Amino acid sequence: MTTYHFLQLYWWALVSLLGALLVFLMFVQGGQTLLYGTAKNENQRNLLLTIFGHKWEITYTTLITFGGAAFASFPLFYSTSFGGAYWLWILILLVFVVQAFSYEFRNKEHNLLGKRAYDALLMINGWLGTILLGVAVGSFFTGANFNVDKMNITIQSANIISYWTNDWKGLELICNPINILLGVTVLFAARTLGFLYTINQCRRIGGEDAEQLAQRAGVQLKISALGFVVLFVVFVYDLFMMQGYRVNVADAVNVIGGQPGASGRIIPEAHVYLHNMLQVPWIMVLLVVGVIMVLVGLAGAIFCTHGRCALCKKCGIDPSSQCPFNKHAFYIVGFGVVFAVWAILLSAGFNDTAYYPSLFDPQNSLTLYNSSSSLYTLKVMTYVSIAVPFVVWYIAYAWSKMNANKGDKTDY
Amino acid sequence: MLLTQELVTASRLQFGLTAMYHWLFVPLTLGLGFLIAIMETKYYISKDEFWKKTTQFWSRIFAINFACGVATGIILEFEFGTNWSNYSWFVGDIFGAPLAIEGIFAFFMESTFFAVMYFGWGKVSKGFHLTSTWLTACGAAISALWILAANAWMQYPAGMQFNPATARSEMVNFWAVAFSPVAINKFSHSVTFGFVLGSIVVIGISSWYLLRNRDQKFARKSIKYASVFGLISCILLCTSGHKSAVTVSRYQPMKLAAMEGLYNGQKGTPLVGVGIINPAKTWNNNEQPYLFNISIPKGLSILTNCSANSFVPGISDIINGGYEYMAPDGSTKVAVPFAEKVKSGRIAIKALEVYNQIKDQTERGANGQKFLDETKKVFDENFENFGYGYMKNPEESIPPVAATFYSFRVMICLAAYFLFFLIISLLMSHKDGQAWDIKDDGKRWNLEKNKWFLVIAIISVPLAYICGECGWLVAEIGRQPWTIQNLLPVNAAVSGVSASNVYTTFIIFLVLFTTLLIAELSIIFRQIGKGPDGIKW
Ligand code: HDD
Ligand code: HEM
Ligand code: HEM
Repeated sequence: MTTYHFLQLYWWALVSLLGALLVFLMFVQGGQTLLYGTAKNENQRNLLLTIFGHKWEITYTTLITFGGAAFASFPLFYSTSFGGAYWLWILILLVFVVQAFSYEFRNKEHNLLGKRAYDALLMINGWLGTILLGVAVGSFFTGANFNVDKMNITIQSANIISYWTNDWKGLELICNPINILLGVTVLFAARTLGFLYTINQCRRIGGEDAEQLAQRAGVQLKISALGFVVLFVVFVYDLFMMQGYRVNVADAVNVIGGQPGASGRIIPEAHVYLHNMLQVPWIMVLLVVGVIMVLVGLAGAIFCTHGRCALCKKCGIDPSSQCPFNKHAFYIVGFGVVFAVWAILLSAGFNDTAYYPSLFDPQNSLTLYNSSSSLYTLKVMTYVSIAVPFVVWYIAYAWSKMNANKGDKTDY
Repeated sequence: MLLTQELVTASRLQFGLTAMYHWLFVPLTLGLGFLIAIMETKYYISKDEFWKKTTQFWSRIFAINFACGVATGIILEFEFGTNWSNYSWFVGDIFGAPLAIEGIFAFFMESTFFAVMYFGWGKVSKGFHLTSTWLTACGAAISALWILAANAWMQYPAGMQFNPATARSEMVNFWAVAFSPVAINKFSHSVTFGFVLGSIVVIGISSWYLLRNRDQKFARKSIKYASVFGLISCILLCTSGHKSAVTVSRYQPMKLAAMEGLYNGQKGTPLVGVGIINPAKTWNNNEQPYLFNISIPKGLSILTNCSANSFVPGISDIINGGYEYMAPDGSTKVAVPFAEKVKSGRIAIKALEVYNQIKDQTERGANGQKFLDETKKVFDENFENFGYGYMKNPEESIPPVAATFYSFRVMICLAAYFLFFLIISLLMSHKDGQAWDIKDDGKRWNLEKNKWFLVIAIISVPLAYICGECGWLVAEIGRQPWTIQNLLPVNAAVSGVSASNVYTTFIIFLVLFTTLLIAELSIIFRQIGKGPDGIKW
């Protein structure tokens, strides 16, 4: 493997990881969907938003950085998808933008639209933001109708390099059942995590409202968790059954000013994602570990309350203390989601797969070879990425400092 | 996929709208952030609760504004892809890196420590809180650094090489991109502008309290701190502004000519102080350029070249070519006429096409290496005019002169005004309450008794915003028709969507941003009305 291809894989892995973290962090969006239906009165709504209010910036910034990193490492994806699936991305944008000011504005006097309106915007962000982002990610597997030809730049007055060949401009992606399936799965994942986080924080905060909120969340969690697991299994089944595309690197000619893979023919292949997982076993392991963590965490959250279940009795947990699987359910499920989503995204791009298939002409599909930044830029950014653990560290440090204190008053 | 001019116009309108709204919120984040950090440092040292309340009041304003900056910023980032998809590919290799660095380094820093700064009172130690406030302010400045490096690269594409095989510019020197002279000036000019604006906002709001006879101590102290900070920043602002003008004259002579409404240059070109552009003037008719003007003789030559008799090219000179100038690498060159540049640009575009045809054949076994090398050579020789290949008429290469000219005048006049205003404000606030003139009973330097000053201070707030917007209008409209100077004109940069799509989103954004702005102002005014004592934390 050349250094260049190694860095392409590295950046695909990193962008995928950001995507996976984003899905986890969308527990904030999930939490916002609890605003009506789980929270029953104004106090509980304020409480709920205090719980999630401290966290939304991180989700938001992860989304922005995901965008920035995708732009930097795979610019052709950025220009093809964003410029082509115009309406899908604009909808995603609108649905996320409203979140940024709704938290800040809702409880302020003279806020023009009234508290209810900002609540509604937060709900829209919660319900639609998750689904739409899932739909956008779904198109990595289901593909889209686009044309890419870099040499278009030499044509006067028709110099557009990549464009959508239909007039739906991304709206058609929302009608694809598999994309919708993934979207709804993401919604259920977010809601499940939202419930878990609510229960977690309500316990810490205490008080009558918090208890009621936690209790209702506990009940609703069961339905949500079941939905999440079933939808996820159906999605993974569909994924493994799906046809995808792979670059034939072996037959590729030697490319001038590029890599062999960039010129390889792109060939349809049945069960391509399943094959990827089998051929690159550690991705499969990642998926399995993720799924197990999700199941264990959910079981802990639902069945393991205060050592009453058979398992807890067996391992001799003191019935008065909380079972660790229950206590840490949010993180166990959360990181399970990260691993599972990461594995799925990795399987989209690794192993010479076309990660953004063109239904218009498979030869136009985007692969790591033909869409990435130059070797130099990838190197520069790889140096930059060394700082990421430091960033994660200071975020964790700052939050642990903040959480060490009882947040017993409402901020929003 | 055929391009329409309407699509280009719609995309420009939309990007301009978003950028200008973003810039309503950004400078206050930049400036107020540091002012708050200074005030909190004062609290940390003096342990005086008064300073805590003052810090908290300004933090509240900061937070409301910050949310709007965040909301408009993400739209800008996505718009590079949604509306300028060709551009995203053409520059992605260079542009993406600063944007990603901005995300990884600056935005996470800003949002993490902002949360501590805002929600952390009483939850974290005082020292950690203070550090967080400073880190929030620095995060904002670092984010400005990277986005401005990206913007500067569009004005002066440094540190890159065009790869004909991938049809894009590729980065070859990161440091040349990050710290080009244009980037440094843009950063210092924009950030110091943020400082000035932050100071003026603080002075303006505080003056309102004094007019209302309330919260006097809070208001006086705020004015005092903001005046010092503002005046220092304003001096740096004007210095970096001057440097900006010098770099513009080096790298974007057409922009400079538009800024000055200069059609025919001469040795010892005057600087137009005030003037009215003659709308009938074109680059090749004999109308007078100005209907009225007051000029400083030889001013422009002195300012840009430090030499009274140097030649500054005007719009017609640049189109006709033939004059001598100093290239960015320091060598003296003879300017190439527009028509030649178009020819050369077309050759470059054609060579790119041919190169890729031969390349495909050569890759598949044909023996074309020699021909390929020759084509590459032709391409490289003509690449500097690549973007001109998309043009036909000289008019296409001229930015909107009046808009650039007037925006520039407004910025400069207001710069002079702010300098003056901040000096007065500094004197007023530092001698405030002192009996400077005994016979006067201290009246002369008493902030509260000099109502005229307080009223002017309030009026200065919108003026500061106008000034900043005008600055960017100069920079961005003056760059037209280029998205990337000399390489990519706007009509080769857009996405393949229809103009009606873009007009629809334009209207959606217009309604959204306007609602957002009204709500923000309404909330901020309410918070101001409550005053520092009315804010519960
Ligand atoms: C000189 C400063 C400056 C300039 C020219 C721009 N920005 Fe900005 N931006 C900031 C300075 C800034 C900031 C001070 O860092 C903000 C403003 C308020 C805030 O919350 O952070 C910000 C916020 C902000 C955000 C949200 C970040 C977050 O969540 O913290 C994004 C995605 C962008 N910007 C992107 C852009 C793009 C794509 C621009 C170019 C067209 C742009 N900004 C121009
Ligand atoms: C926040 C400050 C900024 C303001 C107020 C601003 C303003 C504008 C305006 C008014 C236009 C439209 C010009 C026209 O079409 O006549 C424009 C275009 C544009 N600006 Fe900016 N701009 C800002 C910052 C930036 C930055 C930092 C970048 C890049 C990093 C940038 C990139 C662009 C691009 C890509 C276009 C569209 C292409 C073009 O019309 O040249 N702008 N901007
Ligand atoms: C004597 C003082 C000043 C001079 C000579 C000056 C000069 C300039 C020049 C030449 C540009 C265009 C730079 C480019 O196109 O790359 C510019 C841009 C700008 N100016 Fe000024 N300016 C001055 C004062 C001010 C003041 C007082 C403000 C605001 C209060 C301001 C705000 C801006 C902004 C926001 C920009 C756009 C950012 C940039 O391009 O760097 N300037 N200025």
